[in-house]
Parts: sequence; C-alpha cells; structure tokens
Amino acid sequence: MDMPVPDPVILAKRARIVARLAGVLPADALITDPTETRAYECDALTAYRCLPMAVVLPRTTEEVAAVMRACHEEGVKVIPRGAGTSLAGGSLPTPDAVVLGVARMNAVIETDYPNRFIRVQAGRTNLSVTGAVEAAGFFYAPDPSSQLACAIAGNIGMNSGGAHCLKYGVTTNNLLGVTMVTMAGEVVQVGGPYMDAGGLDLLGVICGSEGQLGVVTEAWLRILPKPEGARPVLMGFGSNEVAGACVSDIIKGGLLPVAIEFMDRPCIEATEAFAKAGYPDCEALLIVEVEGSPAEIDEQLARIKAIAARHNPVAYREAASEDEAKRIWLGRKSAFGAMGQMGDYICLDGTIPVSELSFVLRRIAELSDGYGLRVANVFHAGDGNMHPLIIFNANKPGDLDLAEALGADILKLCVEVGGCLTGEHGVGVEKRDLMDVQFTREDMEAQLRVKDVFDPGWLLNPAKVFPLYVTASRRAA
Amino acid sequence: MRPGSEAELAELVRVANAPFVLRGGGTRGIGAVGPGEVLETGGLSGITLYEPGALTLVVKAGTPLAQVEAALAAEGQRLPFEPPDMRGLMGRSGESTIGGVVAANASGPRRVQAGACRDSMIGVRFVDGTGTVIRNGGRVMKNVTGYDLVKLMAGSHGTLGVITEVAFKLLPAPEMGATLRVDGLEDARAVEAMAAALGSPFDVTGAAHMPGLGSFVRVEGFETSVRYRVGELTKVLSRFGAVDEADGAVWQAVRDVVPFHGRDGDVWRLAVTPSEAARLVARAGAEAALYDWGGGLVWLLVAPGVDLRARLGVFAGHATRVRGAGGTPAFPPEPAALAALSAGLRAKFDPKGLFNPGLMGAV
Repeated sequence: MDMPVPDPVILAKRARIVARLAGVLPADALITDPTETRAYECDALTAYRCLPMAVVLPRTTEEVAAVMRACHEEGVKVIPRGAGTSLAGGSLPTPDAVVLGVARMNAVIETDYPNRFIRVQAGRTNLSVTGAVEAAGFFYAPDPSSQLACAIAGNIGMNSGGAHCLKYGVTTNNLLGVTMVTMAGEVVQVGGPYMDAGGLDLLGVICGSEGQLGVVTEAWLRILPKPEGARPVLMGFGSNEVAGACVSDIIKGGLLPVAIEFMDRPCIEATEAFAKAGYPDCEALLIVEVEGSPAEIDEQLARIKAIAARHNPVAYREAASEDEAKRIWLGRKSAFGAMGQMGDYICLDGTIPVSELSFVLRRIAELSDGYGLRVANVFHAGDGNMHPLIIFNANKPGDLDLAEALGADILKLCVEVGGCLTGEHGVGVEKRDLMDVQFTREDMEAQLRVKDVFDPGWLLNPAKVFPLYVTASRRAA
Repeated sequence: MRPGSEAELAELVRVANAPFVLRGGGTRGIGAVGPGEVLETGGLSGITLYEPGALTLVVKAGTPLAQVEAALAAEGQRLPFEPPDMRGLMGRSGESTIGGVVAANASGPRRVQAGACRDSMIGVRFVDGTGTVIRNGGRVMKNVTGYDLVKLMAGSHGTLGVITEVAFKLLPAPEMGATLRVDGLEDARAVEAMAAALGSPFDVTGAAHMPGLGSFVRVEGFETSVRYRVGELTKVLSRFGAVDEADGAVWQAVRDVVPFHGRDGDVWRLAVTPSEAARLVARAGAEAALYDWGGGLVWLLVAPGVDLRARLGVFAGHATRVRGAGGTPAFPPEPAALAALSAGLRAKFDPKGLFNPGLMGAV
C-alpha cells in the first residue's frame, strides 16, 4: 500500500504550523511530542502506521474551526479522527498532516423525546448515545460491533451499519442533521431537528464521505422507542445452499427479523473451540432474531419455524429464557475473538446480492484452497453483507501479502456477482486500490467533483477512498 | 424529446447547448422552470431486475409508478415509502414515473417508520450535464463504497442530471393494517397524541392529523400483532380522547392531501420539528392545514401570492411552495454557505447549465 510522498514544504515549516495551532488552542489540546502522537499513528487497521506532524484534540466547534482556518491558510492536510476504530485505515495519518481528533467533544447537547431526536457532539461514542436515552425507553439504532468505543463522528464518516440494519437501516437513515466545519474553517449546519433537509441532499453525501468533505462536530440523531422484547432462534443446516435458501424464504415470507446472522463450518468450529456455546455440528448456522411483545415474538417464530422445517434443519433451538438467548448469541459475538486465537486475520466486508450467497461461499472455499489460507465466514445474511475472515500468520514472511491478495480476489468476486467492496467498514486506504474494480473512471470522477466543491484544495484526508493515480493531479494542484 | 435509450439520451445531452426541462410524467414538478425544450424519460421504461427473495428492484426511470407498484404487489411486496400521487393536488393529469418520484424524493405517511424515498434507494444511474453516464451505489442494501451520490440525486429535481435507472430495497406488504382515530383534538394536542403513539414501542407506520376530520394512527403487520398493538395504542391514546377504529382509506387522503383537492390557493409544504408545528400553523393564517409524519410535515393552503416565509419567520425547518406562483422562490432559500455548496455541485455536474434552469435556487 503506497502513500503519497510527504510535502517537503509543509515538513519544512513544521515549527511555524505548530506555533499557529498553539495560538488557537488550549495547551492540552495540542500534542506534538512523538511519544504521545504515537497513540494516533494508526487506527484499527494496525498493519499501517505513520506518525502525524501534530495531533489536535479540540473541545468545541469554534476550536475546530480555528484549527481548520489555520491549516487551510498554511496548506496543511487534516486527517479527521473519531475514536480510531476504523478497520479500513480511514484515519491513518501522513507525516505532513495534522490529526484532528474529536474524542473530547462527547457531550449530549439536547435530548427531545416528543420529537424523537438527540443532539450530541460528534465525539460521543455510539453506545453512550443509547445510554443517554435508554432510561426514557429509547435507543439509537445503528450498532456497529465496535459500538462501545466508536464515535458518532466516525459512524457518520463511514456510514456505519451493524447487525440490525435489515430493520433499522444504517447511519444515513438515522441521521437528521450535522454541524460541520469545512476545510476553509466555515461552520455550516446541514439538516436539523426535522425530517428531510431542504435543498440538495448534502447530508446524504456528507454521510459516508470518510472525512473528506468536512469535520462533523455535532449531530442530530433519530432515536427510536425500544421494542418490548427480542428473542433469537438458532438453526443448523446441512449445507450453505440450504441455509441461504432458508434466508431467502424467510424474507419472501413477509417477515422482517431485526437480524439474520450466518456462520459457516470453519467459523462454527473455531467459535466452538473458543467459546463453547454448544452450537450444533453442522455446515451452516443461522441466528434469527425477532422483536415485539411475547405474543408477537411467538407468532413470528412460529412462522419462521414452519419455513425452516421445509429446509430440514439439523438443529432448531428457540431461546426459552434470557440465559438461552445469551448462549445463542455467545458464539456469534465471540467469532472475531475466536479467529484471533487461530492466528492473525483480515476481516473483509463485501456485500453481495442475497441470491448469490451459496455461489459466493463455494467460490470463496475454492479460492481459500488455492491460496492455502483458511477463510471463515460470519455475516449479516439478511442484507448480504459478508465478513470473510482470512486467517494468516503475520510472523511468516509473505503471509500478509498472500492474505491481502486472497482478500482482493474475494472482493472482486463480490463485485462480479453484483455486489460491492464494502458494506459498512468504508474504503479508507485498505480498499482504495480496488475502487476501479467497482467503478469506471467516470463514476469516480463524479465523486471527486463533490470533493472539489467541498474541499477545492484537497487537504482533507486526501489519500483515502480513491486510487492515488485517480486523485494525483488534484492532490498536486 | 423522448430518447428511447440511455445511450441515445447521453448523446443528446453531450451535443446539446440549450437547456432542457426534464420530465417524467409531469405530475409532481414544483416551481417555475425554463425556458427549455422538454426532455421526457418515458422512453426509458421497464423493470431491469426484480428479486423478491432479496427485496430488491432495479427499474428504469421512465417506468410508470403504477406498473412498479403492480409488479411488487403481485409478489406481496411494496415500495416502503408510500409515494404520493400529486395529480389531484397539482391539478395535473399524466402518469407518474418512478424517476419523477425519485427526483422529488416523494414520500408518504410511512416515512415516519420506513424512511423517505431516498432511504429506500440503493443505486442510481444518470446522465450528467456533459452527457456522461454515471453509476453509483448498486443493487445491494449495504454499500459504503465511495460517496453516496444516490442520496444526492434523490430530491435533486432534475438539476444535477437525468436519472435513467434506480435500484430500491423493498419491504414485504403487511398482512393487514389498522387505523385508530381520536376526534376533536386541537392541533397542538393532536401532535402530542401522535408523539405519544410514535414514542411507544408499537411500531406505528402512520400518524396524521386532519383538522376537523380527526387524528389518525396506523399499525401494520400480521393479524395477531396488529390486534395486540391496536389494543395497546388505544390505551396510549385514550388519555387524549375517545379512540375508535377508522377506515384505512384515510391514509390515501393524507398521502395525496385530498382535503385540498379542488380548492383555490397556494399549497405549501413545511418540514418542521413536530412540537413546533401547531404554533407555526397558527402563525401562517392558512385556510386549511394537514399534518403528516406526526406533525413533522405540514401541508398548508394559503391565499394566492402570500409570502408565507415572511409570516412564519425563523424556525427550524423549511417551507416549499408546491403549488402557486408569486414573487418568492418555490424552493426554500438556503443559508449562503449551503447555497454556495449546492451551486458548486450543480456547476460541476451540469457545467453547461442544461438541466431545469431556474429550479432549486441556483440558476
């Protein structure tokens, strides 16, 4: 993975830039000592690391605007950072850039239950948004698996999803408005505490723009009343094909479970060895969760059971108690940890049309054999968002390269069958160089024009999302 | 002009040097547009792909909405966002197209639960102002690959490009629906009642208030579930007044703003914070009002030529004049910084200024 050559002009005036930042920030909001900036050298994509020129940790929108104005005037690149949990390297620094972390901006500004929204500073963690409203019976729906740590700012940057998207959508479907600081240091409000921002849907394109259009400092988020209850059911099948057909039939049956999770045999075996959740010995396993009152749950599960029965499940377990529900989820929730026990792993994130599920799993198995690397699959089957986990050994020379090559092949496969490179993690640097598999030059050019408008100088997170050769002339200008 | 293919359309735009007025079915366009030659999308018609088991539909932009809805109904599915039929309100005939629905981001009562049109959109193809075909999104529900131009195209009213194809995620049509009515509530109290229903765990899919006709709440789903939620919501609503069940046909009246049909005057559409809605309506001095989306959407019928924005003053939200003329813009004026961004996008996507000159502020 290449990064652009650092700008020598910027590196040469480091002292001047740091002094300007010091002039607009409280002393504790500016970090320049390499022993302290090291904490910001990477995000959750730890394979790539780089020390930034400086790190700023502002507490207010005004401080963010002051930093942006200074950086804009000096021509310094800015790397926005939420909580640093990106799996795609979305907040990977460069030596000639300032990392702008919003983690200290974590206040709840307003909660409004009659109008069903919460307004927060964007550094607030995902789970603590729900935490702020759950006593009143509400929750914030998008639930990425990093929700304990990840920040709303990063969720908006990557348009994060989660396990419950089938019913509740992803971040963009739950975002009412933002306060954003442009690269020029201008503070804009897009949308607000009402449905459908007026004018062109700028909010829609800001969400998921990976910190390339502005720094989001505050957000109005839609909150939803908590359902009365939820209950999972676990079913095992003799093949991936049959499990895939069952998913399709559940959806066609008019049911809308909040989650349909799929695990294949390699994943089941790994999690059993690790978490001992008592999963059945089978080729494929589904966890389906439905919501509502006890009677509504009973009705939905009765329908799901009837559908599953047509596919001759080798196991079918309904949770009769809270404890049993936890056991059903235990293996799924330990899946990544289990993979960590087996070795190092790369977690992919491609999405495929649900109808291509069994074909894609078969092809992944063939590719896995060809490369001699194990791949375990655990994913959100209802929406086709796959998470193949490629197991490799980071200490074995060449193994990371091999794993990345296998990953690229799997993502190309996702695109070939009508899907996409990333369903919820974002492109970042990780999938940047595969963008031309999914998009023509014209398709990408249309996206670059949006950045041209928001950030004409290409200073915000510029080496991400698009292949470097596609953005070279703009970044050089 | 009525190109018969995307390629033909692209070539037409590539060589053009005079503006076009874009038209799907011509049933829901807002504001004065032109001058320009009419460019229709009706020649780009048909369902490209429909996979009921994956809840996905890909459809060409000029396909009649009715044809799309019939195809989905045959499989027990539907567009989640309940697109309105604006012909009665706008006093127009013609056949609404799916591309027009998308260009207007037209969303009905179910918007409170299932989101707007843009929330169901997962892919788009369009021809930009240089005659280049652009593809964004795809046919899968979860996709964060690159910028989301799908959302940007939704509600762009034909100012950024000519939409040629759209992909949607769908929802199963429910087994049944039920509607509860509370009579005689003042507007502000009605909004409170709707907030109580929408803030309950009973998955309300519609909350509307038609002054003089009642306040309405809808639930949908499997029968036992609907019956249960009707019972629970009756308890929630009974502190506001007597609750009875009403005919579900009321939702079409809300969706299409039927109470305003055949009445003279300008029609305005307000996006507001629901708890502010009644106060704003009182300030508007309107001849009639209709509240949808739990009060988040307000339709107003006012005397012709009234500058409603001046009457309303500053509020969180915006006002669009859907029908009527006057000295003020139909689309809500934006703060300078946003207007500059919007104008910048428009200049990038349509550098020759071909598409719908005069619409949406920027010219």
